[in-house]
Amino acid sequence: MDNKEDLKKVVDQALAEQKVPHVKLKKIGAQKADVDKLTQPSKETRQEYWGKGLTYSAILLIIILVASIIGFIAVHGLATFTQNHVNVWHFLSSTDWDPGEGKNHVGALAMIVTSFAVTLLAAIVATPFAISVALFMTEYSSKKGSRFLQSVIELLVGIPSVVYGFLGLSIIVPFIRSVFGGTGFGILSATLVLFVMVLPTITSLTVDALKAVPNHYRQASAALGATHWQTIYKVVLRVATPRILTAVIFGMARAFGEALAVQMVIGNAVLMPYNLVSPAATLTSQLTSQMGNTVMGTLPNNALWSLALLLLIMALFFNFLVRLIGRKGQK
Amino acid sequence: MKKHKLRNLILIFITILAVNLLTACQNNAKKVTIVGSSAMQLLAEQAGNDYRLSHPDSNIVVQGGGSGTGLSQVQAGAVQIGTSDVFAQTQKGIDAKKLKDYLIAVVGIVPIVNKDVGIKNLSQVQLAQIFTGKVTNWKQLGGKNIPITVINRSKGSGTRSTFESLILKNQKPIKAQEQDSNGTVRRIVSSTPGAISYISFPYASDKNIQKLSIDHIAPTNKNITTNRWQLWSYEHMYTKGKPNAATKSFIDYMLASKVQKDLVPKLGYLSINDMKIYRNSKNQVVSLSKE
Repeated sequence: MDNKEDLKKVVDQALAEQKVPHVKLKKIGAQKADVDKLTQPSKETRQEYWGKGLTYSAILLIIILVASIIGFIAVHGLATFTQNHVNVWHFLSSTDWDPGEGKNHVGALAMIVTSFAVTLLAAIVATPFAISVALFMTEYSSKKGSRFLQSVIELLVGIPSVVYGFLGLSIIVPFIRSVFGGTGFGILSATLVLFVMVLPTITSLTVDALKAVPNHYRQASAALGATHWQTIYKVVLRVATPRILTAVIFGMARAFGEALAVQMVIGNAVLMPYNLVSPAATLTSQLTSQMGNTVMGTLPNNALWSLALLLLIMALFFNFLVRLIGRKGQK
Repeated sequence: MKKHKLRNLILIFITILAVNLLTACQNNAKKVTIVGSSAMQLLAEQAGNDYRLSHPDSNIVVQGGGSGTGLSQVQAGAVQIGTSDVFAQTQKGIDAKKLKDYLIAVVGIVPIVNKDVGIKNLSQVQLAQIFTGKVTNWKQLGGKNIPITVINRSKGSGTRSTFESLILKNQKPIKAQEQDSNGTVRRIVSSTPGAISYISFPYASDKNIQKLSIDHIAPTNKNITTNRWQLWSYEHMYTKGKPNAATKSFIDYMLASKVQKDLVPKLGYLSINDMKIYRNSKNQVVSLSKE
């Protein structure tokens, strides 16, 4: 009760002292002021709770989702080693992949090597092009031209991977076949398809990196008498290097995880690649082509989950690399 | 006003969700989900469309996913019908005793080679030698001097399991490139010199590929019905135990003459009623002519 009396006093005092009339209090009137209502949370406060609750529950949902995905893949992926007693070292170092035959035929090395080969080759081919395009867009082209190029690159990002795979199957594979012989399926075809796919990713991130170089660096360089090109390769590129590397790693992460387009052009033979035009298989292509034919809970199925786990670990590794380079860049 | 709009939108969204869930529950009793082999997907989809016309309250959902998926899903009770190109007995991890097998159709498989190879007939032993990697040039088999390029089907796929059990007799195949669709295989074989693979009958019509006879027996439907052409497989529908009324009704429809005489041959398969023999999961053949 004391409290209520106190509050009434405060309200009265506030009414007496106000310089700008308090709309709400005036409307209600000092006498009719309902203390209960005034001490309850206002509508705005409830909105606050509502908004907070919404964002918190969304975050909670995402956390549960991520945790359960990782948990699910880990449980199934590790079952190969715990239930089926496959030797981890054997899994990573043997090239004999035939999980239907038993635990001594679960070796993923050929796929690991192929996955890294296509990823690295695609990044090596794509990076010079991406940097050149990005340099043109930020340093040479007019604003209009760079905006046009930007939309072209965004278009390339938006094309579904199955379309890239289809183009690769109908154009690149026959081309490779007519030039190098064989079937045309292999690492080279996959590299060329992935090159087109990672180019826009690396380019747009490199554009951001170059745009982030402060303009006064360029002006200072020009003031020292450097030509435009000297400024670019002595100043702009040097400053932007950490972020360009980040761009390349993002591109590599995309190439590493790409399944469908690669599966269509690589030939899907789990063999150690001995040249660039012999059919091979990546971790992802093996997953997509095999998952429908295995029975849940059996060794061939668990072995595929192990491949998925390996992909997950690699994705984490790429993320870690990006963080590491980003931190170095800040120093 | 804006705030109300947002709230209304959310309310409408939740209502729609709830209504959907409720109707889904109601339909569940009559819902028949069919999952599995891609060969059966085509057949079941088309049959399902016709079935819906005569049974308006039915709810047939057909999905692909592969024979392994079909068998494991039906075993887990997640779907009503699992379709497969192979006998459940041959799949590890599947308890065939719990599943009821319905043979729906028969499909032939034929080895194909690129036209330039210059070979039209091979013996079963020669085929096995090619796919186990013991023969590597067409010259060794009386063809032109072109190296052999083996195109395999995806490991564990029904076509490959059938081919390997009947031709290779469980010898270990060489590791070669794998393609999982009939269409892609046909394209590769027709454009790659020296290529050999095997596909199902309905896909084997292309000018640039050569269908092979095995031991001078031609790959025809007639030869399949008597098992003279041995390279064929059943298309199965599996249910877990006894099927419910809606499921049974659809399976009966698949086995009735409308589908068997009309749709099955149209898609290039053989009706199960045409078969003069029965072959069990261990490839033992029983003649049906006495019955």
